[in-house]
Amino acid sequence: MAEAMLELVGVTAGYGRTMVLFDVDVSIPVGGAAAVMGHNGAGKTTLLRVAIGLLPVRSGTVLLDGEDVTKLAPNRRVKRGLGYVPQGQLCFPQMTTLENLQLASTTKSAIDDVLDTFPALTDLLPRPAGLLSGGQRQQLAIARTLLTQPRLLILDEPTEGIQPNVVAEIEQVIVDLTHRGDLTVLLVEQHVGFALRSTDSYYVLESGRITGSGEGGTGALDEVRAAMAV
Amino acid sequence: MDALTTPFLTGTAIGAILFLAALGLTLTFGQMGVINMANGEFLMAGAYATYLTQQVIHSTGISIVVAVPVAFVVTGTLGLLLEVSIIQWMYRRPLDTLLVTVGVSMVLQQLARDVFGAQGDPVRPPSWMRGSIDVFGYHWPHRQLFTIVLAVTALAALTALLKRSAFGRRIRATVQNRDLAETMGVSTRSVDRLTFFLGSGLAGVGGVAIALISGTNPTLGATYIIPAFLVVVAGGVGQLKGTVIAAWTVGVVTAFLTDWTSGSMAQVLTFAAVVVFLQIRPQGLFTVRTRGLA
Repeated sequence: MAEAMLELVGVTAGYGRTMVLFDVDVSIPVGGAAAVMGHNGAGKTTLLRVAIGLLPVRSGTVLLDGEDVTKLAPNRRVKRGLGYVPQGQLCFPQMTTLENLQLASTTKSAIDDVLDTFPALTDLLPRPAGLLSGGQRQQLAIARTLLTQPRLLILDEPTEGIQPNVVAEIEQVIVDLTHRGDLTVLLVEQHVGFALRSTDSYYVLESGRITGSGEGGTGALDEVRAAMAV
Repeated sequence: MDALTTPFLTGTAIGAILFLAALGLTLTFGQMGVINMANGEFLMAGAYATYLTQQVIHSTGISIVVAVPVAFVVTGTLGLLLEVSIIQWMYRRPLDTLLVTVGVSMVLQQLARDVFGAQGDPVRPPSWMRGSIDVFGYHWPHRQLFTIVLAVTALAALTALLKRSAFGRRIRATVQNRDLAETMGVSTRSVDRLTFFLGSGLAGVGGVAIALISGTNPTLGATYIIPAFLVVVAGGVGQLKGTVIAAWTVGVVTAFLTDWTSGSMAQVLTFAAVVVFLQIRPQGLFTVRTRGLA
């Protein structure tokens, strides 16, 4: 069993008095790619917000490389190698595409590298990010996060609300990233087929509880669908 | 011609002062959502910093130049202390910041009265600031020109900082989406502190200009705080170019109305016009263009 890079141990968390996650255990091995699947409102985004530190836990522990980071601010976790692409193609709308990228890194070679991955962004560099299409913004969001040089990349529904021709491009980039070897990936995705194709393990989250887990691959499709039907 | 030139040039100088008074608020209110009623007292602190600099450096020509960075650092530090001790617990609670900073402004006013007296002190302009230049028959005082130069310099410096520097990008990112900025590795707490330092320091620079025109006074800040907030809101919250246009418009309109009516009536009419304008366009002169979702 490979050493865990990110572990959530007995995590209970929520918003105000409403708890969303209950005693959740998740472990992502170094270099692995894991998918978290579940219906709307199951607590998937909440799980990721706990992992990056945007939401404090009510109880439980978050471990990164075996170290307790439960009380660490998100920016400190990013410096330790966590990268987070949030749901909703979020960007800094009043900043140009280039400024969005420069927020993460001003090194020209690093920016050129992510532009090689997302060539569509090259012509959009001077444009305010708020004026980009949803697909362009999602590419920008992933590119920007890659510039923080993460060792663990967390992606929250990266293909949600994107037009089909761009979805294929983004899916290919994610598949390439998961096979890079030096990057651990945690992917939240509603498209079960895509999630299983691009990862090697999965968790099913329903009503804030883990109801199933196992090895990924398309062979697990029926197992996951059964767990999600619970 | 004179009837137009005089109020236009005087109004431009008034606009420059209003702009300097509002510039700090553009950052602390416009960008951080903090209603800092003590910003007026930061203007006052800047004015007293100018006065004290003149007590130490007797050459008025040198002291006024030294006073600008001194006022910036002194009031910036005051702002930083306010942020660390009180404001940091009140982000996203603007009405609470209003109430608390009204209290802070009263404390600062009383402190100034206790230390400097209630009467206020004059600030001597350097010799090169005592003359005037002739513009279409109007003798435009150098002091007003200095105020405009100071405002333009402050605007250029702040614009360069926000647009061209890494720190400026971090400020803008934090303002636009705090959580997202954190996930880009930006320490939003450090950005908050430094932004408050910067905003408060800019109020201090405004205080230097005010000190040259009306001297120091413990209640000096109260005169400017409401017009400064109106300028920020009318310009479009957090919009630097909106603040420039709103300050200049309010300054020129006030000067024309002063010519036609009286000083106090001009203020009443100008602010009534701003209130009507905000009823028609609550978002102010400028807003952010996006395709949604952002």
